[in-house]
Amino acid sequence: MAALAFVETDEGKVKKSSLEAVSYAHAAVGEVTAIVFGSVSDMEEIGKAGASKVLHVTDEKLATPNIMAYASAIAEAMNQEGSNLLVLAKSSLGDPVSARVSIKVDAALASNVADLPDTSGGYSVKKSIYTGKAFANTDLDGDKKIIIIKKNAVAIKEDGGSAEVSEFSPTINDNDFTVKTTKVEKAEGDILLPEADLVVSGGRGLKGPENWGMVEDLAKTLGAATGCSKPVSDMDWRPHHEHVGQTGIKVSPSLYIAIGISGAIQHLAGVNSSKYILVINKDPEAPFFKAADYGVVGDAFDVVPKLTEAIKKAQG
Amino acid sequence: MKILVCITHVPDTTSRIAFTDGDTKFDKNGVQFIIGPYDDYALARAVELKEQSGGSITVLNVGEAETEPTIRKALAIGADDAIRVNAFPEDALFVAKQIATVAKDGGYDLILMGRESIDFNGGQVHGMVGELLGIPSVSPVMTLDVEGNTAKISREIEGGKEYMELPLPFVAGCQEPIAEWKIPNMRGIMSARTKPLEVKEPSGDASKTKVSKFELPPAKGEVKLIDPDNMDELVNLLKNEAKVI
Repeated sequence: MAALAFVETDEGKVKKSSLEAVSYAHAAVGEVTAIVFGSVSDMEEIGKAGASKVLHVTDEKLATPNIMAYASAIAEAMNQEGSNLLVLAKSSLGDPVSARVSIKVDAALASNVADLPDTSGGYSVKKSIYTGKAFANTDLDGDKKIIIIKKNAVAIKEDGGSAEVSEFSPTINDNDFTVKTTKVEKAEGDILLPEADLVVSGGRGLKGPENWGMVEDLAKTLGAATGCSKPVSDMDWRPHHEHVGQTGIKVSPSLYIAIGISGAIQHLAGVNSSKYILVINKDPEAPFFKAADYGVVGDAFDVVPKLTEAIKKAQG
Repeated sequence: MKILVCITHVPDTTSRIAFTDGDTKFDKNGVQFIIGPYDDYALARAVELKEQSGGSITVLNVGEAETEPTIRKALAIGADDAIRVNAFPEDALFVAKQIATVAKDGGYDLILMGRESIDFNGGQVHGMVGELLGIPSVSPVMTLDVEGNTAKISREIEGGKEYMELPLPFVAGCQEPIAEWKIPNMRGIMSARTKPLEVKEPSGDASKTKVSKFELPPAKGEVKLIDPDNMDELVNLLKNEAKVI
């Protein structure tokens, strides 16, 4: 098999989740070509993660994300390279793009894949379903396959070589440009929540948006992203893109710290793929403690600053 | 404006997830089924758009006869008529092909659905339908307004939002806060009983993926409680036991 990995960037840098996709493709197949759009400041990371070749799309028209045009370009790259496997990370761009690619190249598609494929009898992948509450071992039919990986499906390879970068100029089809992006609003310099390895989230127990300083201090000390519960985003204490849960962002960090969140089942659905969960809540009966690895029963206003101090001390 | 709203019939978000028949089937025992929460947002926005500028709403579900109470609920919320494609929704591709077959000759201006179903969480059907019909697809959509033949939408991206303009028709995968969920009133519930619900047989398209076996994640161990006055101990555990900081 030959694999193509779709690599996304954020502020001109390759996304960590995309490096996971490259390493996944390398572990699954060996020979990996990556495709990346627009300017990239750390192209060498793609080779280190396991790609031997990079198709770099530099056409101005494709410099910013475009669901239909990216799908056409990726399908064209798969045909040119003879790729029968496309690997990408789950994201707000990857999902809609790969759905269209699957139709264009007639591929079997599996989303939320949590592990490398099992090829012992056919081609089977383990998909995370019911928002992390179960897995489905799924057989994929046909010659072409698309695998959308969940965060932490594989570790990022760091000892690959350097990839040969060549320019790729896909055919431009006017029909792909009927959707116009008029404005992009984005918090700059922040760690993206779905990418983050550490997440600190606050809930209604924090009593108001003015008390988020201590959440941010803890997050900054750890190099973590900040999240929140649904009531907090519904009350506009925090923006919607920080809402973690069933109808918000699903995260799978190494450590999820929940402060003043009771742990409604809809919130747990967004965090149950976390490797470790630490819950800080003054109510010992809070259901979140049942899903936690570590717990502190205490007042957040007292515990959180002390925890931040203790981490700073340990960091030296 | 003619709107097609595609809905899923899924277990309530609080359901206990279990499997039967040697872990090959979802255990429906004691589970309440609902309209997918994201689909419910799509339906609510469709009702608002119809209130603003008229038109009609058709609700579509790919499912076996057991989904009809869920479809009736969508009719009670405000859809005018319904289509059920009589088949088990095997995978995203199969469902997308059924929707595209229905939509192809329907002349719909908008095809709305949730950003993903809450059982398989794939988030792929809207993109596939868009490609099958040769029209744009956008997801996850947070706001949607229509003026004449053009729509203005916003779409959630990691860490922010993208604003877009696009011509009708198109497919949108919706999420909050596109509209408030609507609760059916008594008149809606009464009228839903007599609204047309057409049952169609599926097209011959096959799925490309098949679940061989379900699995549950290993059970969590007991929580380790740490004294609030001993944060050094907590840091030590996170650093040396969990090795996450």
